[in-house]
Amino acid sequence: MKVILVGGDKTLYFLCRNFTSKGYEVVVINREQKEAVQLSRQLSAVVLCGDGSDPEILAEAGARSADAILAITPNDQDNLIICQLASLQFGVPRCVALANDPDNAEIFEMLGVTAFSTTDIVGSLIEQRASLEQITNLLPISGGKVNVTEIVLDNKSPVIGQSLKDIRLPEGTLIGVLIRDNQPIIPRGATQLLDGDHIVLITLPDSHGPALKALLGDTE
Amino acid sequence: MKKTGLYIVIVGCGRLGAHLANRLSSEGHSVVAIDLSESAFPGLSADFSGFRIEGDATQTAVLREAKVHKADVLIATTHDDNVNLMVAQVAKKIFNTPKVLARVFDPRRETAYAQLGIRTICPTSVAAGLFFDAISEDE
Repeated sequence: MKVILVGGDKTLYFLCRNFTSKGYEVVVINREQKEAVQLSRQLSAVVLCGDGSDPEILAEAGARSADAILAITPNDQDNLIICQLASLQFGVPRCVALANDPDNAEIFEMLGVTAFSTTDIVGSLIEQRASLEQITNLLPISGGKVNVTEIVLDNKSPVIGQSLKDIRLPEGTLIGVLIRDNQPIIPRGATQLLDGDHIVLITLPDSHGPALKALLGDTE
Repeated sequence: MKKTGLYIVIVGCGRLGAHLANRLSSEGHSVVAIDLSESAFPGLSADFSGFRIEGDATQTAVLREAKVHKADVLIATTHDDNVNLMVAQVAKKIFNTPKVLARVFDPRRETAYAQLGIRTICPTSVAAGLFFDAISEDE
């Protein structure tokens, strides 16, 4: 997998470190010479200094053979144009843009570029976590049409000791995976739920609340 | 003054933007000029009778304030190619502005945006053409 990252700052640094540790081939494009030099010293990735929305720099970064490009600069206009050029001129299959202004996430999608807004994601995470302490992770997919939620069962849960096939969950709910003692388990009907289990739950907006209630009990 | 003036939004009020705004306004069109900083607006002459909006046109809220959905023409002339290309696309695809023009300094980006149906004007190419013409005239 070859990934091009455009931008700078800690987000890029940690993202890049994460990707290289998975064995991805990463090329970083950063505009500021000083920062580019520093990144090239810290990261085991190729770092180019230049404007990511310049087709020559994209070509130099090997956009033609890249599997994905991620544009996470602080300027929305740059992120949009980088992704559009990468897709139109270089045929990069997956181009993802950061929308700093959350309104732009929808606009970018309308203009044909996959986009995400950290404000939206972090906002909903904090809201969900603040409202329910058993929820440890929440990932809204396609603008919240599907939610992937990680919850922890405690001894107050009404489903402790029950097998999955005996638990009544609302329509539009799926238990994707269980994590018990740090070991992932793909659940089957006979799998019993225990205190301390982490459940990765996939829900539709209508079933989200009822599913949490069924698994965690009344938490009010 | 013409009876049927157009509603024209100009994004970026530098030398070119201000020049266009002054001229179009004095020709009787309704012009709204948007710029990041108020300091650009003194470029607008006494002839300019349109509105000024201080704001970042890459935020749709600013374009909405300028009533881009009602505009006949949008011209993007900021000094940043990417801002121009983004604003032009948002105007065309989301606000359905009938005529959208963007200034793009980098000629290499022109082809990509022609594919997306964005009409760009590249000062570099235009000036180069004029120079070539002038050279061949003398021969």
